[in-house]
Amino acid sequence: MTPLNIRRWSWIHKWSSLVTTAFMLLLCITGLPLIYHHEIVHALGNEVEAPEMPANTPRANVDNVIATALAAYPGKVMMYLSQDKEEPNVWALTVGDSPTSNDYKPLLADARTAQMLPEPPLEGGAFMSLMFHLHVDLYAGIYGKLFLGLMGLLLLVALVSGVVLYAPFTRKLAFGTVRHERSRRVRWLDLHNVLGIVTLVWALVVGATGMINTWADLLLKVWQNTELAEMTKPYAGLPPVTKLASMQSAIDTAKRAAPGMEVGFVAFPGTAFATPHHYGMFMYGDAPLTSRLPKPILVDAQTGVVTSSADLPWYLTALLVSQPLHFGDYGGQALKLLWALLDLATIVVLVTGLYLWIKRGKAQAAKPAEQRATEAA
Amino acid sequence: MNMFGPIWTAPIVLGVLTIVGLVSALVGDGIWDALSALALGIVALVGGWYSLRRPKKRQGARG
Repeated sequence: MTPLNIRRWSWIHKWSSLVTTAFMLLLCITGLPLIYHHEIVHALGNEVEAPEMPANTPRANVDNVIATALAAYPGKVMMYLSQDKEEPNVWALTVGDSPTSNDYKPLLADARTAQMLPEPPLEGGAFMSLMFHLHVDLYAGIYGKLFLGLMGLLLLVALVSGVVLYAPFTRKLAFGTVRHERSRRVRWLDLHNVLGIVTLVWALVVGATGMINTWADLLLKVWQNTELAEMTKPYAGLPPVTKLASMQSAIDTAKRAAPGMEVGFVAFPGTAFATPHHYGMFMYGDAPLTSRLPKPILVDAQTGVVTSSADLPWYLTALLVSQPLHFGDYGGQALKLLWALLDLATIVVLVTGLYLWIKRGKAQAAKPAEQRATEAA
Repeated sequence: MNMFGPIWTAPIVLGVLTIVGLVSALVGDGIWDALSALALGIVALVGGWYSLRRPKKRQGARG
């Protein structure tokens, strides 16, 4: 590489890193407990579980579950109903003053007795809620998300420029050399280079998928305004649904329309994931991929008949495949541990990088990057 | 430039191992999760090994 090129890439690496380092440290640190979200919520006692019952206990009619919830919260309407594959004994319900209410209430009900369970703490309790918001939106909603997405983009720039600089800075060293006999600055430069290159592909994937996740709200809006709107068109101008069809029969109908799949999520008419005339039913399979990629089925909310079913558009598929690759929650405890270790290694790369900049020293800063590369290697 | 091999062989192998680790757990459970843990485990071990190992004391070597 020519000296001029080294200087240019060095400039790109320095500034893209400096702008993002503080936020990346925040994301790495808050991401660590989020890897173990489930375990921490459980350990803090913030998890609501259905009581033990014999495995063959029959399941209650879902309509009874909904009736119990609405009786407990008079004046509210159903917004969403969902069930986690891991916890088939619990129905999660979201109720609000209207289908589009921002002031919604998450509830849990026992799927066998149709009785309400204690209300779960919001977002897994105060600590996990703090970690979540600092990691996802900095308490600034969509703007916070998009800002962190931009930081993610700069991280990708920092990673790519770091790779470009890897060769000139390590060309005279065997792979993985950390020169302990030299000054701390040289030692930390070597550490930065070796851990940076080892974690590179993981960091690229987690960074890129994290950035894609920040666009989730926007992508959903696109889907609502295009494909979902298209499916709703024939119903435009019709009077609103007066009496909702049975949810239990809607679920049974949807399951017949998607053999081998389970209902994971139901959006009630008028909410963001349904139309004013339909239940939006999202069906999940049980393979690692199909359990992430729901098949949407629209069920007429008045008659309970399946209107249409479609596959998700490519951009929502990309979003939903991005999520596990960012969370590291798709390969059991071993993968979670590796996610945590690689996260810690990334923190070391960030800290050593920051140290190299702080300790660049006047003499060092005066030298062009290509000279430092020659001296370093 | 015949420096390509010495510089990039290890990073490319680690990159491929990372991709295998990330994708295989997505493909299936059981054996696929094990393959994923093995591939990513090697990557994490390599990182840990080179960053944590201390050189054997050599003559004239400092701190």
